[in-house]
Amino acid sequence: MAELTYRDAVVRGIAQEMTRDPDVVFLGEDIGKAGGVFKATVGLYEQFGPLRVRDTPISEQAILGAAMGAAMTGLKPIAEIMFSDFFAVCFDYIANEFSKSRYMSNGQVKCPLVVRTGNGGGARFGAQHSQSVENWCMMIPGLKVVAPSSPRDVVGLLAAAVRDPDPVIFLEHKSLYPTKGEVPDGEILDKLGTAAIVRPGKDATIVALAMMVPRAVAAAEKLKSEHGIDCEVIDVRSLVPLDTQTILGSVGRTHRLFTVEENPRLCGWGAEIVSIVADEAFYDLDGPPVRITTPHIPLPAADILEDIALPSVDRIADRVRRSLGS
Amino acid sequence: MAKIEDRELAPNASLNDDIGEETRLRMYRIQVEIREAEQRAFDLFLQNLVKGTSHLSLGQEAVAAGCAAAMQPGDLSFCTYRGHAHTLARGVPIEQVLGELMQRDIGLMRGKGGSMHLTSVDHGVMGSYAIIGAHLPIACGAAWRAQYKGQKDVSVCFFGDGTTNIGAFHEALNFAAVWKLPVIFICENNLYMEYTPIGDVTAVQHPAADRAASYGLPRIIVDGNDADEVYRTALAAYKKARAGEGPSLIECMTYRYSGHSRADPAKYRPEGELEKWKERDPIKIYRERLKQFGIADSVIAGIETDVKRRVDEATEKCKAAPPPSLDLLTTDVYADGGFAWRN
Repeated sequence: MAELTYRDAVVRGIAQEMTRDPDVVFLGEDIGKAGGVFKATVGLYEQFGPLRVRDTPISEQAILGAAMGAAMTGLKPIAEIMFSDFFAVCFDYIANEFSKSRYMSNGQVKCPLVVRTGNGGGARFGAQHSQSVENWCMMIPGLKVVAPSSPRDVVGLLAAAVRDPDPVIFLEHKSLYPTKGEVPDGEILDKLGTAAIVRPGKDATIVALAMMVPRAVAAAEKLKSEHGIDCEVIDVRSLVPLDTQTILGSVGRTHRLFTVEENPRLCGWGAEIVSIVADEAFYDLDGPPVRITTPHIPLPAADILEDIALPSVDRIADRVRRSLGS
Repeated sequence: MAKIEDRELAPNASLNDDIGEETRLRMYRIQVEIREAEQRAFDLFLQNLVKGTSHLSLGQEAVAAGCAAAMQPGDLSFCTYRGHAHTLARGVPIEQVLGELMQRDIGLMRGKGGSMHLTSVDHGVMGSYAIIGAHLPIACGAAWRAQYKGQKDVSVCFFGDGTTNIGAFHEALNFAAVWKLPVIFICENNLYMEYTPIGDVTAVQHPAADRAASYGLPRIIVDGNDADEVYRTALAAYKKARAGEGPSLIECMTYRYSGHSRADPAKYRPEGELEKWKERDPIKIYRERLKQFGIADSVIAGIETDVKRRVDEATEKCKAAPPPSLDLLTTDVYADGGFAWRN
């Protein structure tokens, strides 16, 4: 067991899979000699060489297109798009190409690839380098969408993503890169489509993703110590496939549902979860489900503005407390 | 415009030259098959038996025939929505192509893809792509795999003149050149983007070839209505790619007899332009070529008769075939065969 940062866990996860399978290759901007702009790929170029860790031009369409062509002919590429906001310049591949080719070809074309990207806010980068774009991907049939919140999950879910036969969007949270956590020694392989109860509780269920997970846990601790409210926190981990059973089971015990989403409000993933719970567990609920989200705004750059835009520990705790009437 | 003129054979020309009789007869057969199948697709459309849209390659047959004949088994084709010709040229059965256009269960993708997405991995047809430019980077990726694994196949990517003005074209050309990938980009310049003449919206005269220098590649323009010229040029490019010497960009000058798609009567073309190009019809040119080489009329007619019979048979087979089974609606969204996104 070692304590690793989230960014070092990315390196470890990629290295684990590249060591295991020579068909795993890695491409992206500044990922090789430079070690990545977030220093999340340091040492891979030296370890695996220029044929497997390839620096590309600033050509996001070429990066994702090449990953797809390599995947459909036998490799298992990992492609990096530096900031998830840049999905917008290569969205054709995400929305039209590798997500649909298996279906359109009646199963002939297979695209086992991973797109890693730096997602999310908190770094004061402004509206075009801070977005949480998981909803952009979640709504597209054919994709799997994963977003780890801890170093251990980074390694295990990345391994699962690389070994998955479908295209996987792997959203790393930029503001989590410096955070630390215990990571077991040896190979780690997790399972996509499994949510995790990261804090058990009996009074309310808080469902969160990525950076919202540590915030939800901190809010739960605050609610417990200050108000005696005992919240269960679920880390969704994987939006597609979505582990609805863990969420429904939790709501069945706590009878209250809160989602904490970093994305702007409209069509956020929490809406889908609220819809499922309303549809399938309505009579388990003792009160209306509540979505805690970023408002329907582009993210501002200034710290005092960004801090009130994203769901904070205090905002989560306050919203839960008010709903529970304490 | 490229200089297009009928080529006279040298007095001592021999059928057993660099191309040879077998390949020539094959290229003739491919061209006739494309012509007959595309014409049939058009007729079936008028009968409402081909639905949706279709983009025909009538008049452009020599590009598909020359490029395919120069390929080896295992080489990969990446096509556009105007991809029937390139699919047929790789040997995909006619009834599978017409069946897909007619939305029948015997179609290549059993009706799930349609005219614009013909794919037959077993034949090396790695897909037909309906978003302009998308498949150029994808072909780069397939070529990267060959380079990485030390395999000798080449990836051949077909696209129209209109594609040269989209970003993915330029990203792919640079990417392929920098990585020296075994990929060949074949621009079929049929003079029209969709409805607009390509020259009206492009800064250079030759939309592909005049951009080649930007990526350190030679400027290659070929008579796209002469299958022999296409074949020789393609073969040289494939050889270069297999030798690890990187990509090529080839601009084939040709002409589309029909409109952009089924919805387009092509009224924007100047009077007489179509007729002028039809004088240089690729099949007419090639029939004369074969005759010049001394191929008997009966052999040529035999190919034509055989192809027509096979297109007729394929048509009847498709008409009699059932539509796709309804359970296909939700198959193959994910690798587990289904569409489940939750537990």
